[in-house]
Amino acid sequence: MSSHSSSSLPMSGKLWDGGNEPFGASYGKLMMWFFLLSDAFTFSALLLAYAALRFSSLSWPVPDDVFAGVPFLHGHFPLVFVGIMTFILIMSSVTMVLAVEAGHRGARNEVVKWMIWTILGGIAFLSCQAWEWSHLHHDGAWWGSNPFANADGTPGQVNFTNLFFTITGFHGFHVFSGVVINIIVTIMTAVGVFDRRGTYETIEKIGLYWHFVDLVWVFVFTFFYLI
Amino acid sequence: MSGEHSSSFDIKGIWMVFWVLFAITAVEFVIALAIPETFMAKPIKNVIYVTLTLLKAFYIVAYFMHLKFERINLIYSILLPTIFVLGVIAALMYESDYWFTLR
Repeated sequence: MSSHSSSSLPMSGKLWDGGNEPFGASYGKLMMWFFLLSDAFTFSALLLAYAALRFSSLSWPVPDDVFAGVPFLHGHFPLVFVGIMTFILIMSSVTMVLAVEAGHRGARNEVVKWMIWTILGGIAFLSCQAWEWSHLHHDGAWWGSNPFANADGTPGQVNFTNLFFTITGFHGFHVFSGVVINIIVTIMTAVGVFDRRGTYETIEKIGLYWHFVDLVWVFVFTFFYLI
Repeated sequence: MSGEHSSSFDIKGIWMVFWVLFAITAVEFVIALAIPETFMAKPIKNVIYVTLTLLKAFYIVAYFMHLKFERINLIYSILLPTIFVLGVIAALMYESDYWFTLR
């Protein structure tokens, strides 16, 4: 049993109605976990639909040929740009854990610092995605339109672009939501809301969401760009 | 917030997990770009990619999301329902095989 209930917290804050934290986690944190589980099912459904459509197709566009553009450079650089995007998202996950760690120590300025880095990482990722989308759109790719030929030379089917824009778009929307919530939480930290509340647990909760966004990208990266 | 959390996972640990994730991603890039498919067939590469992805997922969920240090009933509540995903995979593999023969 957690014996660390700080004196600044009212006892009712630790109690569920009729029970005492059966999961060893607060109600809010537990509900964040359950929300993320349901969100994981949504992304699983999207990725599995992608897998089913791809494996039931005779041929499919080659990712190395489709995703080979890099800003300011002309030429064929397979996976380079998405590698940069992956690195940015992992880095922003690291700065988010560092914010959570600083929150455990109640170091307000450090939390603000690491949250700002996390927000910058999120914005950088979204900027990269915006560039990639506009680059592909420039090539004629969009929902319902696929200019990329299949590996066997036959015309590519629109399933490829439909799935790509839907799945990366849904993920990008999660990143965008995360950036917005991160900004709100950073402002709350800066004005001392969590100091008055006596706990930085809100940082942990938004941290869980942010890592989940990173987790989804790990899977999107593998199934769309590598396989 | 509490001492037990920070002692189980400190700043050194955070950076260690970062380097693990970085190294796994680097290995994926080497396999994708530097190893020709005449040497390593695409299906073998795919198995390696999925294995490495699941390994990365483990490190993110266990350490960054701290699930490894939560109480066991919370861990099971989150991990066991993912068995439904395996069920959908099994169903769709059967289905897509059927679609394939229809095309």
